[in-house]
Amino acid sequence: MSAVHEELIDPKQVKLDELLDHYKTQKGALIPVLQQAQDIYGYLPADVLKQISKALRLPLAKVYGVVTFYAQFRLTPMGRNVVRVCLGTACHVRGGAKVLETIQKELKIEDGGTTEDGRYTLEIVACIGACGLAPVFSVNNVVHGKMSPDKVAGVLAKYE
Amino acid sequence: MKSLLDPCCERCTHTAQTPCKDYVRCLTEGPICHDDEQCKAERQRLLAEIKTEKTSAKKAVLFCTGTGCASSGAHSLIDLMESELKKHGLENTFTTRPTGCHGFCEQGPIVIVEPDQTFYTHVTPEDIPEIVEKDLIQGERVERLLYVDPTSGEHATTYNNTPFYAKQNRIILHNCGHINPERIEEYFAQDGYKGFARAIQEMQPLEVIEEVKKSGLRGRGGAGFPTGLKWSFAQQAEGDKKYVICNADEGDPGAFMDRSVLEGDPHSVIEGMLIGAYAIGADEGYIYCRAEYPLAIKRLEIAIKQAQEVGLLGENILNSGFSFNLHVKAGAGAFVCGEETALMASIEGNRGMPKVRPPFPAQKGLWAKPTNNNNVETWSNVPHILRHGADWYAQYGTEKSKGTKIFALTGKLNNTGLVEVPMGMSLREIIFDIGGGVQNGKKFKAVQIGGPSGGCIPEEMLDLPVDFDTLVQAGAMVGSGGLVIMDEDTCMVDVARFFLNFTQKESCGKCTPCREGTKRMLEILTRITKGEGKEEDLVTLENLAHVVKNTSLCGLGQTAPNPVLATLKYFRHEYEAHIYDKQCPAHACSALLSYSIDADKCKKCGLCARNCPVSCISGDKNTPYQINTEACIKCGTCLDKCKFGAVVRA
Repeated sequence: MSAVHEELIDPKQVKLDELLDHYKTQKGALIPVLQQAQDIYGYLPADVLKQISKALRLPLAKVYGVVTFYAQFRLTPMGRNVVRVCLGTACHVRGGAKVLETIQKELKIEDGGTTEDGRYTLEIVACIGACGLAPVFSVNNVVHGKMSPDKVAGVLAKYE
Repeated sequence: MKSLLDPCCERCTHTAQTPCKDYVRCLTEGPICHDDEQCKAERQRLLAEIKTEKTSAKKAVLFCTGTGCASSGAHSLIDLMESELKKHGLENTFTTRPTGCHGFCEQGPIVIVEPDQTFYTHVTPEDIPEIVEKDLIQGERVERLLYVDPTSGEHATTYNNTPFYAKQNRIILHNCGHINPERIEEYFAQDGYKGFARAIQEMQPLEVIEEVKKSGLRGRGGAGFPTGLKWSFAQQAEGDKKYVICNADEGDPGAFMDRSVLEGDPHSVIEGMLIGAYAIGADEGYIYCRAEYPLAIKRLEIAIKQAQEVGLLGENILNSGFSFNLHVKAGAGAFVCGEETALMASIEGNRGMPKVRPPFPAQKGLWAKPTNNNNVETWSNVPHILRHGADWYAQYGTEKSKGTKIFALTGKLNNTGLVEVPMGMSLREIIFDIGGGVQNGKKFKAVQIGGPSGGCIPEEMLDLPVDFDTLVQAGAMVGSGGLVIMDEDTCMVDVARFFLNFTQKESCGKCTPCREGTKRMLEILTRITKGEGKEEDLVTLENLAHVVKNTSLCGLGQTAPNPVLATLKYFRHEYEAHIYDKQCPAHACSALLSYSIDADKCKKCGLCARNCPVSCISGDKNTPYQINTEACIKCGTCLDKCKFGAVVRA
């Protein structure tokens, strides 16, 4: 089977092509394109960056520079469940660091890491704006508030 | 006429393509182009229903669906309420209304019954049938769900009866928590877009700028620059194309007022931007919103679409010849993009790095065109100034800081949440009267104000009035308005380390002093909190702080040392205790702590071991429990759980 043919049947590639086609003439399109490409693939594979560089007529170095500048972009695949631990000021003074330590011990991964079975990715974030419920962490964008070290395992276990 | 947005009869010709100049006023006072009692009555009936006035046949049950309450399960409550209403055949008497944030997230999910304004807190799915049967049908309040004042222990029946809300002056937050932010007609019913209509019909652009100058409004993003003056720079700049930007990249940890306004009242921001664009002569605008706020982005997109549909965004708005288009851009996670030149670089698709000024954005901003940028709260002040006039606005606040300010009260106090008060109120009133004082009867130590750019203020300075100028003199700043309350258990060296850790990670790397200086400062602070501090550390720290402050290009670097300088000024003894005595006076720095169990006091109940998240406590019915200090993460759970005081922290 030829490479061209394989590309045709890859639904992710179809979506990426549509995306690039939509944005290729718009100014300032790089960041929205990267965001949506990451939505399609879950991260930004090297080949996708090359395609974006070509379609938007930007040097690959510039694309890579933008990707590595912003915290949102990832060059490696994510786990099935993304755990974001808030370490904003409000969470910090209400014991967010202890919640984080417990999660790290429980999952045995550091900031940015993914568990070996691909079940969890751990990220530390600065503030998710749910300060009234501090300390908080979110799993797949669902916020879990008023956390404490002894509640951590119970919440994580809910996510397969 | 089914909706307020429908034409009252065929005499109404307004559409986005054939705009009528009186459209906005017509919605609440109309019809204007013809006299017809029936058209008028029908409008007033719909208005009363939307506003749930006492005269309206329909009553409403309001559900907060802001980020806080949604995470506590608010959406399932709405579904449940709707099915309960159907079950009792009440669906035509009561409507459910999802609203934005009330700012009292800790009490969520919050439910309000209107028009009586009964205020229910911590509502669970099991409570819904009782609310329907007791309150909606029998007209009695469900007492156990009412808010209880933690200081007096009394029930508050309505919203305005709680001490938290009673002392506030909610102008910007007025609609938040009351209207459905996804329905433009509810914003219209609250006199929405009337400020813009007045500006565009009755005033010249320069008159609008004069009005804003006269109001005394200063930028709410942090620096407090006079808004009208800023607008006049962009207005005077030469150029065929100009932009306005709304900075919604609310990056300060511990601040969430902009999120609440965007989620709860997005049209107020759009109206403010329309007024600004008209005054400056811009025809295009961007709202740059944090990607971490998906709900705010969604509601902005809905609001923009609705404003386009009724002809308040687009070409020839209200038949005035003025055109304005608005876009939402999602940020990608970089704190420095709150700095306006970095923000513009990010909109252009580049790394968000600040530029040297001059040229100022007012001359050469986005895509090198004259650009005016204000933050969310600033923009949402503008409609009120145009609606009620500069003199009305200027009655609030102090001589040099006019209007109200929203603060995010968080940390170790009883009532965490968003509060809006006139500028000039003292910190003591905000923290103790509205915030209900420190949690669990602990002693107040300091309040951190202004996020990573601000400083810590000790108890003896709590009577300071909060305005832009007084706080700067005290070594802090209003900043975006985050107030984090710290008690005796908070270590101030650790707080300084926390903020430096944040700014050091977020430094874009352009200026060497900021990139390298914050790193070295963080190393020193980390060393001190680990009990490895050296005698000369405090001098080095102060020197570095001044270098970083004086030689960085943008606000991030210029203010990054503030938390260190302020804690050194007011809490130097805590630094010294870490360095010389190798002790953390607040018992917070885990490297300087150890936990053990007093065998004599241990009742062998095992509660500590069962709750230990890392299972490092062993023992049984016959042997007193013991902590394996190697595996202990010093989280303190055992100390909190033990009822016999057997766990010792040293």
